[in-house]
Amino acid sequence: MTGARLAIEALSAVSLRDGNRPILRRVALDVGTGEVHGLVGESGAGKSTIAKAILGIIPSQVRVTGGRIGFEGRDLLSLSPGELRAVLGRDIALVPQDPSTALNPSRRIDVQMTDGLRLKRGLSGKDARLRARALLEEVQIRDPERVLNSYPHQLSGGMRQRVLIAAAFGLEPKLVIADEPTTALDVTVQKQILRLIRALQERHGTSVLFVSHDLGVVAKICDRMTVLYMGKVVEQGATAEVLDAPRHPYTRALLAANPRYDRPDAGLEPTPPDIIAALRAEIAAFDAGIAGSRDG
Amino acid sequence: MEHWSLASKASAPDSDPQPPSVGARLASDPKVVCAGGFIVILIVLAVGAPLIAPQDPLAQNLLMATVPPAGFAGSEPGFLLGTDGLGRDVLSRVIFGSRVSLTVAFVAAGLACLIGSVLGLMAGYLGYVVDMLISWLVDVWMSFPPVLLSILLIAVIGTGLHSVIAAIVIIDWTRFCRVVRTETRSQAQMDYVVAARTIGFSRPAILFREIFPNVVPVLIALLTLEMGIAVVVEAILSFVGLSVSSDTPTWGGMIAEGRQIVHEAWWVLAAPLAALFATVVAFNQLGDGLARSLDPVLRR
Repeated sequence: MTGARLAIEALSAVSLRDGNRPILRRVALDVGTGEVHGLVGESGAGKSTIAKAILGIIPSQVRVTGGRIGFEGRDLLSLSPGELRAVLGRDIALVPQDPSTALNPSRRIDVQMTDGLRLKRGLSGKDARLRARALLEEVQIRDPERVLNSYPHQLSGGMRQRVLIAAAFGLEPKLVIADEPTTALDVTVQKQILRLIRALQERHGTSVLFVSHDLGVVAKICDRMTVLYMGKVVEQGATAEVLDAPRHPYTRALLAANPRYDRPDAGLEPTPPDIIAALRAEIAAFDAGIAGSRDG
Repeated sequence: MEHWSLASKASAPDSDPQPPSVGARLASDPKVVCAGGFIVILIVLAVGAPLIAPQDPLAQNLLMATVPPAGFAGSEPGFLLGTDGLGRDVLSRVIFGSRVSLTVAFVAAGLACLIGSVLGLMAGYLGYVVDMLISWLVDVWMSFPPVLLSILLIAVIGTGLHSVIAAIVIIDWTRFCRVVRTETRSQAQMDYVVAARTIGFSRPAILFREIFPNVVPVLIALLTLEMGIAVVVEAILSFVGLSVSSDTPTWGGMIAEGRQIVHEAWWVLAAPLAALFATVVAFNQLGDGLARSLDPVLRR
């Protein structure tokens, strides 16, 4: 493992709308250069909040209360909006969750793809278009000219996601945040999109923070992974190790909740109530510990 | 192997023929074609009025007063729609009257649209304080009764074409402001706007590249509807004599004159009324058709 490209330290956040309920509890995670890091957890575990915090798009009802998001030696949280804008799109890019809403419906694909290349990579209009074409070929789109001349609603979901992936990796960022990029796609397309992300990531040496609720997807694509529950890191480590020998009961429960192709009668188990109770107790103790250390 | 077979499966469904372009969609909408065609003819008539109108619209001839339209007993050649009480050619006056109506329609609606859109975009995108101020201004503005406001305004700044246009702009910019503000606010929440923020685009770039193109369809539809409204307002103001001076033919002025002699010469009233009615219907239908054809979400 080479040095960490993204180093999140003790990131905490609360929901202002919900009586300062903690959303993130001193989350720490590293994404190394060229590493794909899976961020796993159920809905509301805080996965997306972490992604949004990195991208500076935290919603107004959420406040980051502490910690640091280190990116190449700088704390993204302490950058001015202008400084952050300079980093975004050049060094960090997003592959969004839902390809049906992430493209502007009234602008053609070529305009949307070349915007970033021109503004962030300083390409001329002509060069940007050639580059966009090459990028679409790289994501295995067979008739890139037709796609470039299309509006988003003229493309299928899988095609749109390829366009979005091409656009994100085309900016040659050092870090790509993939926010559940396959959730809105059907399963056959999912598999290709995962391969595509992995291939592009390896070719360009990009680090990827891969947010997902799907352990099967994470197992396929991620080098290391972090399991979140109620905004707290429950387990962290190499994907194979975590999945083969989960140490935390919650990870085991998550694995049990996955459908099993080999044994249709097993799987799809809800998290047992005793594990949830234990987790809540653990988190309460953790919160008390933080409060104690702050007071002391 | 498997890799490529999957890839081809995924791209195959996309090779279906492209849906029609916006232009083709507009051309296939009967509303847009009929109403738009009518407006285009009207523009040609207004611009080319001195060449097209068969008579001088101001030439009086008391010997030829209240000649009925062609096809009725007592009609005279050269006066297709008859003459009014002063012997002026009604058709020529209707054609010349379209000049004032269309000028007001385009200039007044255009300016109201411009002012309303700029303020609406600001209110929708520049945050809470600006939004609060502009929305408050719109609310107060809209609480004045529009007809009284326009008559008061013209009483202060005097009659004439400029005053009519000013009155319409000053009253109706709020209509645009409200709609554009709401649209801008909902657009700003969309995923693609958030995605544009994550590429680090500046706020003006996001407003004009990502948000504004999605506001344009509703704006065009609203603009067309407003043109219809402007034509009616101008007609009302010329009916009560607050528009251009009475030696310029206007549909509203002709309606006022025709009303007095409707029992002897109904055509003097009917011709400008029909022209006014058809124009307003055309603008409304065009706006309706454009709203459907230009909406990117419905454009399927």
